[in-house]
Amino acid sequence: MKTIRIGAAQGFYGDSLLPALETARRGGVQYLCFDSLAELTLAILQKDRQRDPARGYAADIGAAMRELLPLAREKGFRIITNAGGMNPLGALAEVRRIAEGLGLGGLKLAVVAGDDVRTQLHALRAQGVSLAHMEDGRDIGAIEQRIVFANAYLGAEPIVEALRQGADVVITGRTTDSALFLAPLIHEFGIAPDDWDRLAHGVLMGHLLECSGQASGGNFSGDWQAVEGLERIGFPVAEVREDGMFTVTKVDGTGGLVSVDTVKEQLLYEIHDPAAYVTPDVVLDVTGVTLTDAGPNRVGVAGARGLQRPDTLKVVMGYADGWLGQAIWGYSWPDALAKAQAADRIIRAHIDRMGLSCEEIRTDYLGYNSIHGPLADAEHADRLNEVYVRVAMRTTDREAASRIGRLVPPLMLNGPPAMGAFLGVMKPRELLGMWSCLVPRGLIEQGVQVTVVEV
Amino acid sequence: MAQGRKLVQLRSLAQARSGDKGNTVNIAVFAHNDAIYEVLVRELTAERVKRHFTGMVEGDVIRYDVPGLLAMNFVCRAALGGGGSATLRMDNLGKCYASNLMRLEVELDDVGNDEHAHADGS
Repeated sequence: MKTIRIGAAQGFYGDSLLPALETARRGGVQYLCFDSLAELTLAILQKDRQRDPARGYAADIGAAMRELLPLAREKGFRIITNAGGMNPLGALAEVRRIAEGLGLGGLKLAVVAGDDVRTQLHALRAQGVSLAHMEDGRDIGAIEQRIVFANAYLGAEPIVEALRQGADVVITGRTTDSALFLAPLIHEFGIAPDDWDRLAHGVLMGHLLECSGQASGGNFSGDWQAVEGLERIGFPVAEVREDGMFTVTKVDGTGGLVSVDTVKEQLLYEIHDPAAYVTPDVVLDVTGVTLTDAGPNRVGVAGARGLQRPDTLKVVMGYADGWLGQAIWGYSWPDALAKAQAADRIIRAHIDRMGLSCEEIRTDYLGYNSIHGPLADAEHADRLNEVYVRVAMRTTDREAASRIGRLVPPLMLNGPPAMGAFLGVMKPRELLGMWSCLVPRGLIEQGVQVTVVEV
Repeated sequence: MAQGRKLVQLRSLAQARSGDKGNTVNIAVFAHNDAIYEVLVRELTAERVKRHFTGMVEGDVIRYDVPGLLAMNFVCRAALGGGGSATLRMDNLGKCYASNLMRLEVELDDVGNDEHAHADGS
C-alpha cells in the first residue's frame, strides 16, 4: 500500500528551524508543512502590515526558505506553509527573490489568496450575513468601526489545486492548520470530497503535527523529566497509508519522545467537543480514536470518524481594543510580598491622583501569583526570596499607557525598602480583540485564487 | 470525608494539557488508569472545575468525556480576560491552566497500599 511521509516543520511564527532541517535532510519526507499562524500571530502580523504594507507575512519564511529550498530540490520534497499571513503575495515575492538568488531555476511557487475578507464585510452584511459573534451572539455593531483585519479559515481545496498545478512551494494566508497537512493526502491518494472518514484521519494527522514539538515531547505534562534531548528535539513525522491510518514518529537520532502519552496530550489540544471538531474539510470525531505503541518513537493512530463538512467558514476579525501599559520591578526578602503590595498601593494612588484614564488595571506578583492568580498557594507567601510586581493597565490612550512606567523609578528612594531590578519603561502595546463569526462558505470561496509562478 | 478515604492531588493521578481559542481555554485531562478514570468521572465534575477556577474563569465550564483514551476535556468560556492579544493576564495563552487544575484534590478510596497515588508507575 502506498505511504506518504509528511513532516511538521514549524508550530508557530518564531519556532526553531533546526528540527525542520533535520527532517528535510534525513526524514525521507515528500512534504514538509509549516504552520505559522496561531490566533495571536495574525494580530502581530497586522501590526507589521500597518507599519509597512509590504510586510504582514511571517518574516522567518525568508531564513527558512534560504536553507530549505536547496534541500527540497536535492531530496525532492514539497513545502506547504501558511506563512503568508496577512500578505501572501508579499511572502511570495520574498521567496521568489530567494529562489532566484539561489539560482533555483524551474521552481514552481504557488500562492493562495482570498482569505482576507476585510473589504467585503459591508457586502456580506448587505447579503444578510449577520457577522454576530459565534459564541455569544453579540451584534457586531459595537466593534465594527474598530476592525483592523478579517480573515476566513480556508480548507485544503486551494492547496490541493496548487499541488495539482505542480507547485514545489505553496504559500497561503489563513488556512486551517490541519488543511496544510491534509492537502497532500487528497492530492496523492485522490480522496473523494465526501470520503469523510479518510478526510477525518487526514485532519487528525494534521492536528497532531501542526504544533510541532507538542507531539514529540515538548510541553509534555506527563513524565516530562524523562524526555531526553529537548535541545535537539525532532519534530513529528507522519507515515500515512492510503486507507487513512497513520503512524506518528520522528527522525532517528533526534531528541524528544513520541509515545502514546505525548501523542494523546496533543490529540485533544485546543479541541472543544471531541465528537465534533469543525474544520472546513470535515467535522472530525476523535472519540473512537485508538493510539497504539508501535515501537520506540512510533505511535499508530486509527479510528477517526468524519461527518459532513459545514456549510459555513469561520472568520476571525481583530479589532482595536486599547493600549496596554505595564511596569515590572522587584523586591527582596524579608517581607518581599508585603513590600510589593505596598508599592502597588502607592502606584495606584499616583494613577488616581494624576487622573490617568484607565479601563482596567491589574497587579500580578511574579514568583507568587502571576500565573495561578487567585489559586496561588498562599502558605509560603511570607517566605518568598524575592518577588516582582507587575502593574498593567488597559487604556484607550497610548500616552496614558506610556506614563505608568515613569511612576516607578521614584519608588526606589521613596517607597518600601530593597527595591531592585526595575526592567525599564516598557513601550505601550496595542491590544487587539478577537471576533469570530460564521459566513456561508460559497460567499468566501468564490473569491479564493490560486496562482502559480515559475521562477 | 468518610473514614477510609483520602484526598489526593490530581497531579499524581493524571496528565493534562491546556490551550486557548479566543477567550476560551480547554484543559484535557488523562487518567493514568481505568480505576482513576472512574473516580475522575465521578469527582471531577464541570461544577468542581468551575468552582476551582473562581476568579479566573468567568463563563461556563463544559466537560466532554473520551473514555477510550481515559480522557476528559474541559472547555472553559470567558477564561482569559478577553483572549491572547487583548488580555492583561500574564498567562495569556492559557498554557498554565492545566498545571493549575492539577492542584485540585479528589477523594479516593484509601486502599492502604497507595495503589492510586502511585498509579503513574513511580
